[in-house]
Amino acid sequence: MAPRSKTRADVPEEAGDDATMQDAPPSHQPAADDAEDAEGGEAGDDEMNEAEDYEEEEEEPQRVKLLAGSTATAASFEFADEGHTLGNALRYIIMKNPDVEFCAYAIPHPSEAKMNIRIQTYEGTTAIDALQKGLQDLQELCDVVAEKFWVSRNEFMGESTPQPSHA
Amino acid sequence: MRPTTAPSEAELDSRKIVGINKETVTDVTSTDFPGHYPGEDNSWDINTFSSGFNVQFHQNEQFEASFSLIGIDASLANAFRRILISEIPTLAIETVFIENNTSVIQDEVLAHRLGLIPFKGGKEGLLDFLKWWRKPEPGADQYSTTFDFNTVSLELNVECTKNPAADPDVESDPAKLYHHANVYAKDIVFTPEGRQSQYFDGDKAIAPVNPDILIAKLRPGQEIRLSMHMHKGVGSDHAKFSPVATASYRLMPTIDIVKPILGADADKFARCFAPGVVAVETVTREDAARDDAYEGHVGERKAVVKDPMRDTVSRECLRHKEFDGKVKLGRRRDHFIFAIESTGQWDSDELFLESVKTLKLKCKRLEKQVVNMVR
Repeated sequence: MAPRSKTRADVPEEAGDDATMQDAPPSHQPAADDAEDAEGGEAGDDEMNEAEDYEEEEEEPQRVKLLAGSTATAASFEFADEGHTLGNALRYIIMKNPDVEFCAYAIPHPSEAKMNIRIQTYEGTTAIDALQKGLQDLQELCDVVAEKFWVSRNEFMGESTPQPSHA
Repeated sequence: MRPTTAPSEAELDSRKIVGINKETVTDVTSTDFPGHYPGEDNSWDINTFSSGFNVQFHQNEQFEASFSLIGIDASLANAFRRILISEIPTLAIETVFIENNTSVIQDEVLAHRLGLIPFKGGKEGLLDFLKWWRKPEPGADQYSTTFDFNTVSLELNVECTKNPAADPDVESDPAKLYHHANVYAKDIVFTPEGRQSQYFDGDKAIAPVNPDILIAKLRPGQEIRLSMHMHKGVGSDHAKFSPVATASYRLMPTIDIVKPILGADADKFARCFAPGVVAVETVTREDAARDDAYEGHVGERKAVVKDPMRDTVSRECLRHKEFDGKVKLGRRRDHFIFAIESTGQWDSDELFLESVKTLKLKCKRLEKQVVNMVR
């Protein structure tokens, strides 16, 4: 392929095909003698740093997409890595919105982890607003369900244990 | 816009019934949407939902819970059920390092069996301390992402030997003839790393829920020597990570005796149902006074519905001519009888709560994403 060879010319002659040692990126690994200590130690400094790096939450990739052909009041959205669990629940709650003319969800192909949701609203609001309201309403609903469930559980057990706090 | 009218209580109740007829089912889908009934407001309102929603517990043990969610749509009840099965994380054996396995069971089969064993451990350690394990970048060291807060190490070292105290001429039970003829889940040894010794100390140690799960059988001279790494995972990745043995719901059955079923028919009617669902009682003076249909039948036996929850929704009673037009079977569309059976890492009531929180978190994350999308 022709274009490749052009970039080759920019590389200094002496470097040849191999990168020189100076060009090599500085190592992220601890120096060899440090590494041995760190491995043996309970939680050496290097190991702790590594652990901290690990714990840093990755930025979540954009999983919601507006599909082509959408207008303000009639739009289709694609949710990556979502399925019937969220699809049907979200469809229900969006259909409960009186400003929504139509709402449906589909999983176009079972071997693609994608869920599409179609929203058409009446004039005066937008499909995106309806989607956002749906997600907010679902959160509200979850709070009510969790609260009532735990109250009822405590009554049944004759306890007053607070809701477990984790997660 | 038309003024909003409120339908009568009886009308609302009848809308919730799914009809179960001899050959068909009717009114299967929910109709509580704005615009479905002219002049009625069915739009989403948290207060309306909150006043109509109700939870009733039937049973609540550590590993088995049963309760009813009343006043919720199937789409939501199903979301909770699906989350219970596939989205709540548990800890399970993910990698097996086999040093020696001279048993008859193949390495890969043994590894699979080990993976399916449910484990328990200290709650705080499992839920707060342990984090997700991440696959190392390609080319990186295979343990570069393995730490005490995301990996639990286990070992299994057993060797089968002859039991010199047992007489092979008298004894035929291999479990008595040999030491370690059976390898059980309780033979797995937890080896705490780093901070794990604080979180999984004493009775909080990582251990199999059921110590008597048989893993393999050995004969003298055979041995299994291996170590294992456990990670957190979810049921959608592999069923071994699912926190529930079963999580299911069924709709509340309804049996409506429209016209009196009396005398011998009453006994026959009761026999059409599971025990305890329909009882036979005597018609009292009050019955006759309350309902014209019972007039003149005081002292006769009548069929009454005692406990529809125990009904299996068999349609047997619809097959008999004598009950024609006297009974109406159905199910309540918004009454879900949940049954959750935990595998042991979580308590079953906590599991449901966790599923609700998981759905909320999912929505919260996606709401952010929708805002990002607009930007």
